[in-house]
Amino acid sequence: MADVKIGAYICKGCGIGDRLDTKQLAQVATRDAKAHVVREHDFLCNADGVKMIQNDIDSEGVNRVAICACSRRAKTEAFRFEGVAMTRANLREGVIWVRPATDEAQETTQEMADDYIRMAVTETKFMTLPQGSEKATYNRHILVVGGGISGMTAAVEAAKTGYPVILIEKTGTLGGSAGKAWRRIPQKAPYANPEDTGVAALIKAIEGNSQIKVHLNSTLTKTSGAPGRFAVDITTESGSTTTENVGAIIQASGYTEYDASKLTEFSYGKAKNVVTQAELDAMAKAANGAPLKNKDGKEIKSVAFVQCAGQRSTKEGHLNYCSGHCCLDSVKQAMYFKDANPAIDTNIIYTDLRTPGAGGEDFYRSGQNKGVTFTKGQVNEVTTDGTVKFKDLILNEDTEEKADLVVLATGMVPNSGVDIEVVKQDEPGQWKSNNESVLNLDYRQGKDIPLLKQGFNDSHFICFPYETRRTGIYTCGPVRRPMDMEQAMEDATGAALKAIQAVENAGQGRAAHPRSGDLSFPSFRREGCTQCKRCTVECPFGAIDEDEQRFPVFNEARCRRCGTCMGACPVRVISFENYSVDTVGQQLKNIDIPDEFSEKPRILVLACENDAYPALDMAAMRKIEYSAFARVIPVRCLGSVNTIWLTDALNSGYDGVVLMGCQKGDNYQCHFVKGSEMAHYRMSKVNDTLTTLNLETERVATYEVAITDIERAPQLINDMAATVEKVGMSPFKF
Amino acid sequence: MSANTAVVERYRNSFLKEVEANVEEGQWVKMCMQCGVCSGSCPLGPAWDHPPQEIFMMIRAGKRDEVLTSSSMWMCTSCYNCIVRCPRELPITHIMHGLANYAHRLGIAPKNQPTRKFAKLFWDNLSKKGRVNELKLGIALYFMNGLVSGIKTALKMAPLGINMVKTKRMSPMEYFGGHGIKDTKGLHAILKKAREIEAAKMQKF
Ligand code: SF4
Ligand code: SF4
Ligand code: SF4
Repeated sequence: MADVKIGAYICKGCGIGDRLDTKQLAQVATRDAKAHVVREHDFLCNADGVKMIQNDIDSEGVNRVAICACSRRAKTEAFRFEGVAMTRANLREGVIWVRPATDEAQETTQEMADDYIRMAVTETKFMTLPQGSEKATYNRHILVVGGGISGMTAAVEAAKTGYPVILIEKTGTLGGSAGKAWRRIPQKAPYANPEDTGVAALIKAIEGNSQIKVHLNSTLTKTSGAPGRFAVDITTESGSTTTENVGAIIQASGYTEYDASKLTEFSYGKAKNVVTQAELDAMAKAANGAPLKNKDGKEIKSVAFVQCAGQRSTKEGHLNYCSGHCCLDSVKQAMYFKDANPAIDTNIIYTDLRTPGAGGEDFYRSGQNKGVTFTKGQVNEVTTDGTVKFKDLILNEDTEEKADLVVLATGMVPNSGVDIEVVKQDEPGQWKSNNESVLNLDYRQGKDIPLLKQGFNDSHFICFPYETRRTGIYTCGPVRRPMDMEQAMEDATGAALKAIQAVENAGQGRAAHPRSGDLSFPSFRREGCTQCKRCTVECPFGAIDEDEQRFPVFNEARCRRCGTCMGACPVRVISFENYSVDTVGQQLKNIDIPDEFSEKPRILVLACENDAYPALDMAAMRKIEYSAFARVIPVRCLGSVNTIWLTDALNSGYDGVVLMGCQKGDNYQCHFVKGSEMAHYRMSKVNDTLTTLNLETERVATYEVAITDIERAPQLINDMAATVEKVGMSPFKF
Repeated sequence: MSANTAVVERYRNSFLKEVEANVEEGQWVKMCMQCGVCSGSCPLGPAWDHPPQEIFMMIRAGKRDEVLTSSSMWMCTSCYNCIVRCPRELPITHIMHGLANYAHRLGIAPKNQPTRKFAKLFWDNLSKKGRVNELKLGIALYFMNGLVSGIKTALKMAPLGINMVKTKRMSPMEYFGGHGIKDTKGLHAILKKAREIEAAKMQKF
């Protein structure tokens, strides 16, 4: 490794030079922090300033750069230097914008800036330039699991972009649920009539595409490896297995219609004229345009549609969500009758009519125009002779209607494989495939993608809907959330693009979302590892396996670089080249801690770089002030916070510690899904540490902070300042 | 059909079709999306037995007798609040009048509904001579609710009447015959013809 040569560059622009003594900052950088090259500049981000830094890199051999200017979130275009490890001291958003420009405040404001210089230079000392993984593999093949409308669309879209596709389908035909339907909800203006499903055309496109290889009657019996180098076993019904290598995987395993026989109150299975939506579509497809007849051969003259049958209900065994497609599908099906013969009566009984999509409302209107009756009502019972008993919610009365055919709009149950919380992974060396599983991953954490609520595969719902908790594996269609065909096709197109991105990133050893492009990855010191498995268990992305001796095996292509493993490791042997227990730990140890009687406490703030840190930056833009005693360090994810940082901070005399992560739980906003949750769990045990040190437990506070908490985030810091004032200074200042 | 609609006829298109055929703007009824904005906007809404939203649902539920014998649509004052606000742009006011008119023609509109009574007085008065005889209409209106209340109202209004006569705004002679348009016969023929045309248009249900 080349000698460490640190350059610290102090900007005087944006008011920094007016508010702070930059000469002193330069001195701190040189004398205290021991930077090798220290320069001030009037406008560091302008062409001249950038050139000055580049010159030092090129001719002075500077290989660590500390930009002491604005926040790391500003001017990222200007401050981009190849081949050096870099950090920022946030003098603008972190100091002058959050402090009043008064004489009394001057001393503490300058001290704040001095510390940020010490921290930045120290951090660079412990950083190395990420080199990227040697294991990075480039494989352009994309595996699509499921030959329904989502899977087929994904396959066609990926192939169109020039990426070869392997498509596997469990049954003997392509088409899936959509293939069994007669028509689909219209996707084009004027959104007035049911449309051809488009399935036949998709099948044709796939059959005529040499880039797409189809395996029918096949399932995945094993998936191992990582993005760029997945090895998948494809097994046919007859038991023969082929192994293929692929770069990324799209899971489009679709849904199964809710089992209507559970709906005994609707006489399903008992009455011949009670069918599900899917069954009616199958009947229509079989009739191929001829008038629809009941099972007993009688012509159908009246139809009642029961919406939300066993859905949006908290009753035992029911689905408590909305499947999203059923209202418009009932409109579509009512039109099967109305278009053929306007004299047929059709009544859609709904509690809330939901018409998603651009054309949804138009299609509803078209149904009304054609004379479909829409009744706001709650169906309580369907008798065996087809009498629908319901409460008319507009007329507020119990009533009933006799219909020749009753159609139940039952919901979608995702084919999401096994619940890995319930079906634990086999021990290393004893791995077996599981028939219930879709992916049959050999990952240590389990065979399928983790589930969120209601059994749908977890994908980052609020921010990055395609990103599952298994890197390089994207879910699309109703396995991810309930949706109709149009949404599924759009979803599949997006997933295909994400898969392509994953292939390209994996080929270069770059991280996928949200630290896209990051070349760093965690490595561990085997000699120090106690095989405690914390990292394997806590990694939100299942990136870590175990070898036969129970040592962790890191798969960097699966890793999202959150650092949760680093935070979890009790013996601190996990680190990244540019982010480690030291890069943060040394920063917090290298600030100036005034003595107990100075009335200058120190508060350590560890803030998630995705939400809390930007919130603080935005607070600064609004000139919302916070305590001059705070020292804020951004972390990749609160999950990466190792408790040693807290212990170190408390031992070195910090008076309070504030931790800011994202919302956790089912409605998580954490970029790394489980990171914040893991951190909160870890911190719940920190009280013991405090008690051992004989410190008040209020000195450490952990919060969920959203990016919009612009006023709250600084307030939390001020709250801690108030707490410290109340409980007094820490006795640990030496 | 009994007021208690037979189960077989409920939630069928039958009554809706009748309304579409015979009621002014009736073809709009099926487009109502049951948002309730009309009922919430009607200044007299709380006084109606069935506000417009409900009337539309009753039509769709097949409640023919209940709708046509209802006094509700007679309550409409043509303020147009509902029309202006209906997100589905239903001409609600017109439909209310259309329904009232249809019920009247079928002879099943509520007999003592005051709006209906006055409308009838007005029309009978007007169609006789082609001009409204204000004196007769006024007096008929006073006596609409019976002799005693008629005399009371007439006495109360007498000073106003006398003043009007004094200022030549009204002639008491109008009570005896009164004047009309030139060709009353022609008018009656026109009205007769119009009735024939309308009756022919009316579909049987
Ligand atoms: S915990 Fe985060 S950083 Fe560690 S291996 Fe998993 S994804 Fe990578
Ligand atoms: S957490 Fe640390 S000690 Fe435990 S298994 Fe992982 S690397 Fe080893
Ligand atoms: S406002 Fe219009 S759409 Fe809404 S209930 Fe009244 S008539 Fe129907």
